[in-house]
Amino acid sequence: MMLTLALICLAAAAFFFGQRKAVSVTGGRTSALHSRPVYHGWYVALACGLPAVSLWFLILLVGDWMIDRTIVAALPGELREASAPVLQRFLNDAETLAAGGVPTIELTPELEAAAASFRRLSLLEHWVGFGAALGIGLIASGIAMRRIDVSRRTRQPVERVLLIVLLAAAAISVLTTAGIVFSVLFEAIRFFDKVPILDFLFGVKWSPQIALREDQVGSSGAFGAIPLFTGTLLVTFVAMLVAGPVGLLSAVYLAEYADPRHRAVAKPMLEILAGIPTVVYGFFAALIVAPALRQAGISLGLDVASESALAAGLVMGMMIIPFVSSLTDDALAAVPADLRDASLGLGATHQETVTRVVIPAALPGIVAGFLLAVSRAIGETMIVVMAAGLAANLTANPFEAVTTVTVQIVTLLIGDQEFDSAKTLAAFALGLTLFMVTLGLNIVALRMVQKYQEQYD
Amino acid sequence: MTDMAQPMTSIHQSDFSRARLRRRYARERNFKIMSVSALGLTGIFLVILLGSIVLNGWSGFLGTELRLEVTYSDEHIDVENPANGNFRMIILDALRERFPEATERREQRALLGIVSNQGIYDVREALLDNPSLAGGSLELWIPAATEVDMLNKGYVDRSAPEELRLIDDRTIAWVDAFDEAGDLATVFNWTFLVSGDSREPELAGVGGAVLGSFWILLVTFVVSFPTGVGAAVFMEEFAPKRRWVDVIEVNINNLAAVPSIVFGLLGLAVFLNVMHLPRSAPVVGGLTLALMTLPTIIITTRAALKGIPPSIKDAALSIGASPVQVVSHHLLPLAMPRILTGAIIGMARALGESAPLLMVGMVAFVVDLPSGPTDAATALPVQVFLWADSPERGFVEKTSAAIMVLLVFLIAMNGLAVYLRQRFEIRW
Repeated sequence: MMLTLALICLAAAAFFFGQRKAVSVTGGRTSALHSRPVYHGWYVALACGLPAVSLWFLILLVGDWMIDRTIVAALPGELREASAPVLQRFLNDAETLAAGGVPTIELTPELEAAAASFRRLSLLEHWVGFGAALGIGLIASGIAMRRIDVSRRTRQPVERVLLIVLLAAAAISVLTTAGIVFSVLFEAIRFFDKVPILDFLFGVKWSPQIALREDQVGSSGAFGAIPLFTGTLLVTFVAMLVAGPVGLLSAVYLAEYADPRHRAVAKPMLEILAGIPTVVYGFFAALIVAPALRQAGISLGLDVASESALAAGLVMGMMIIPFVSSLTDDALAAVPADLRDASLGLGATHQETVTRVVIPAALPGIVAGFLLAVSRAIGETMIVVMAAGLAANLTANPFEAVTTVTVQIVTLLIGDQEFDSAKTLAAFALGLTLFMVTLGLNIVALRMVQKYQEQYD
Repeated sequence: MTDMAQPMTSIHQSDFSRARLRRRYARERNFKIMSVSALGLTGIFLVILLGSIVLNGWSGFLGTELRLEVTYSDEHIDVENPANGNFRMIILDALRERFPEATERREQRALLGIVSNQGIYDVREALLDNPSLAGGSLELWIPAATEVDMLNKGYVDRSAPEELRLIDDRTIAWVDAFDEAGDLATVFNWTFLVSGDSREPELAGVGGAVLGSFWILLVTFVVSFPTGVGAAVFMEEFAPKRRWVDVIEVNINNLAAVPSIVFGLLGLAVFLNVMHLPRSAPVVGGLTLALMTLPTIIITTRAALKGIPPSIKDAALSIGASPVQVVSHHLLPLAMPRILTGAIIGMARALGESAPLLMVGMVAFVVDLPSGPTDAATALPVQVFLWADSPERGFVEKTSAAIMVLLVFLIAMNGLAVYLRQRFEIRW
């Protein structure tokens, strides 16, 4: 922390003096410089910072290794001969103890001695690193300062560093995808070691909550994900039943009928609906919609579960309306006005124009929007966590409680965190399935949109 | 001219045609009504949603207080060390004085149950602030327990059978006695805005969650804004090959549509299991949300850069600016309002997001206010989720009130974005 601060101060000073030197070598006529003074400043600052930071990391790396070696060398014989994991655990505990924490193994004189020498050595490492980093920073920036000259090209190296930084920023987005794929895939593969992939994909019984006995092999609960898939599809289906027609018709109104005054009211309304956090929808579903449906069911003589797929689906549909509507609106707006005018010119009514000309022309875009909405509904978490149940029922009856993939991911991962049990790993397998399905839907939808746009461009 | 006055028998005026035309117009009318009512339905949804939140939640900002005349008798106070008194007994004495009929132990416990546990601390604080009170007495407003609070706010049905109520007839009589004496007041509940979570609804607050959300958003912004803008600038202006940009672009578009919970799994696997960052800390939540917000920022930044006329870039290049200078001196400053607008909207979405935070352990019960990005904390939407799960009636209004606080922040952020867009946007 102190080093970071010191380095920032040093680099700032280097920037300032570099810039001033650049101005002074020209005697105030900065236009004579090859590179503008600010580049000279950056050049000196980078010359200070880059070697210092690299050296600091190098010293930390080598130092930690050396500390471990020294401590192990000072240990009594029987401990030194211990296996690598035991030794590693001992070292970790010494480090914890040195930092003032509570070690996981029994407190022995050896451990205390190790912790003491750890504390001493890491302090030494810290100061050596501190001095060396600051020293090399000073020397390097000094050299860079001396080299400042009217014809010195400092812009190119500075810009090259900047480009590398920008490239790294762009790489992060790719790394995120890779990170998702690998982290989720890795844990999912560990899961499929324990539970065969076919049992997972085609099993019809899901009960991961069965108590696992340590000594029992194979009794790891039932991990058949079919009930989750059907539950997810049921909720999604109900949601699309609401969001599809309502979203499509609102988009038709906005694109074909509304005058600017009405649009100015309707658009923000949809935007508000789109901006409400999902947890709010979840609370609304659990507190208002589900009890209301239950009451209505009782008065109609229907048995509606208090956590029914219907309640979750209805509210999720509400949430997706703006999404469907704005994507459909875009698709309708992209239909060339010629088609519309031609149809109206032949005497067709507005309704005939919309249903027989505009919507067929915009169909690929609309379908793509629906696919994106389905992908959104499948991945939606909070509403179903709060309003759908936990019981994995294999049913197509929307009045019953169902559970979904996302609900199970959340329930499996909240609470216990052993990363070896099939129970927690199952969440990653479900996550992988979810990622694959939504990714597939997105790719298909984006393709359709692209194709469709090209058609009229 | 007179010929024209004669009725013409064209095929468009036969009865059949007229009927068909009527049908077509009717269909047109119906279609229009349907599309308007679809939009109207959406509006009704919105009104019901917001209305039920406000109706349930407004009383969450209010609290009930009771006026008690407490006596710091020597019996319960250690004059040498005033912090150590038996303040519970002091409150009980004050209550007993008012209701001398309560003599049994059970009754006394019930009597003590009408004031919040906070009362003990309030009585203690008052003495610590003014040690000369020892032996004397003082009038204090003390928060009431949640059952009394619910009764006062009218959420308890007095006509219901006693065993179905959370609060019995005897307690109702006590509370009514307070009310008649003018010693019961409904006040603005500052505790709700400033304090952390609590098991007692009357003491629970969103302060901790708001601070937690603040730290999360700070980390999210610091990480995702420079990275996102940098990535977009690289892709728009410097990427050497078009093919690479296409790969990254497809990747980003897909990333933008990945369900948020999958980002939570990523955060769990990478930041917690591999990098061993602390669980429940805003820094982990912030990093996870930063990865989620990154595509939004990249997409808006690219759109903003694309929106600047090429003539500006050409002009700058032609008078000798380097490509980096073109970007840093001209393109970025011109694009900044739109970039900021997009970033704020991305931040607003991150503020409302809860599923990834559940994955990285931000569901802990946190009483203390987090004072930095590495303290255990929870976020505002997660607090809503936690309270929504609580069975107590008192938490229903707290949940709705917390949602109202969350919505106020969201409206403020979106309002800022709209303002920036309108105030600074340049139309070419």
